Amino acid sequence: MRNTRRVVITGLGAVTALGLDVPQFRDSLRAGRCGIRPFETVDSTSLRFKNGAEVRDFTPSDHFTEKELDQLDRFAQLGLVAARASVRDANLEWTPELRESTAIITGASLGGKTYEEQGYAGLFGEQTRRPHPLTVPRGMANAAASHISMEFGVHGPVYNISTACASSTHALGQAFWLVRSGAVELALSGGCESPFMPGHLRMWEGLRVVAPDTCRPFSKDRRGMILGEGGAMLVLEPLDAALDRGARVYAEVVGFGMSADAHHITQPSAEGAARAIAAALRDAGISPEQVGYVNAHGTGTTVNDPIETEALRLVFREHASRLAVSSTKSMHGHSLGAAGAVEAVATALALHEKFLPPTANFTEPDPACDLDYVPNEARETEVEYAISNSFAFGGLNAVIALRSWDG
Amino acid sequence: MPEEIEERVMRAIANATHTPIEQLTPDATFEELGLTSLDALAIVADLEEEFGIEIANEDALALRDVRQAVECVRTLLG
Repeated sequence: MRNTRRVVITGLGAVTALGLDVPQFRDSLRAGRCGIRPFETVDSTSLRFKNGAEVRDFTPSDHFTEKELDQLDRFAQLGLVAARASVRDANLEWTPELRESTAIITGASLGGKTYEEQGYAGLFGEQTRRPHPLTVPRGMANAAASHISMEFGVHGPVYNISTACASSTHALGQAFWLVRSGAVELALSGGCESPFMPGHLRMWEGLRVVAPDTCRPFSKDRRGMILGEGGAMLVLEPLDAALDRGARVYAEVVGFGMSADAHHITQPSAEGAARAIAAALRDAGISPEQVGYVNAHGTGTTVNDPIETEALRLVFREHASRLAVSSTKSMHGHSLGAAGAVEAVATALALHEKFLPPTANFTEPDPACDLDYVPNEARETEVEYAISNSFAFGGLNAVIALRSWDG
Repeated sequence: MPEEIEERVMRAIANATHTPIEQLTPDATFEELGLTSLDALAIVADLEEEFGIEIANEDALALRDVRQAVECVRTLLG
């Protein structure tokens, strides 16, 4: 008989284009503030798109020594800072027993590009320099998970999941299941990603999915996605343990669903996405009518938005028209492997603080996108259940379901 | 001169999509040639390089046949 326990979120950490901490992130979401701006950390002269959602005013030396930075590419720096913040926020007290039974599961798909690009530039360009000796351990996508485990002395299950844009939703779902089943007593889970290297950005040009202006999910004149970076981490623990130690509960994690489209390596499928949404609801034991808010995958590409709308209609039917659906990527950009975690933090905050983040930059509705997308202004509204969607390249879908916690 | 552009476009399409050049005609649609949206991305990239032009995303994603590709190139070459 499977041992299942209720699982709650007791700590949050986020470093994104909307601020260096969770209060700034929350305030930006509530104000509908857009973090998409012209690139500052990378020279965009030869790039076709000039805007991104960069983390601003992040000073690595505020958080790490120079020696530590030798081992930490930017994505891992963001992940580690977010992890530290989430642990502090949860007021966790580490014991040897807890360290043995904690899982750390991150979502990161690109991993560290800085040293890698510099290495290739040296090898193939100047043909003089050797790559930095630590390029491999700096660049590997599991680096953040490893460093977080070392930071807190965690010996339990620690790994990274790489499923492109769904990575950190897959990670959170796995962490949820591990805590729910009793396999672990605590999980730190989330994601981190930083794509702003000149070579990598050029790779995106050819796909023709990055907007030259901004991110307008579900709008008729949307022109694509905007890349973002960030680190976001959540602390998941059993409800009983959280209440016993008087922890603050942001929200309850109630369900996780996954599916594969088996359709196309870049184009999404409504049926595939609907499968994952339905699976999350089934895992949560709730009916579609109980869901009030959807944090959409909402990349703002030509194809995602109508397909996601269709997927929501397939699952929710008439209730779809009563859903509030918003894409916070309109504000914090698409941080790839970290996206799911950033959006889970946004969803948990929405439930906890009783507001619905808007879809920013909304102009005119696309006829193929006919739901309530909470255009431009946040709404002070309570909902009981919310889901967060992540639909990745390669047709890999992950959906997490949260429930508001009222004590 | 116009024939040359058409020929170069067809050659670029053939190379980008591993299609034998004999199969290409000015009237062929990508669908008839069994080409997908991913092939279209490769075609556009090769056309940009072949002609030294920049094709905007919206135009790139709208290409469906050889004729459109030729027109697109002609327009951008001025």
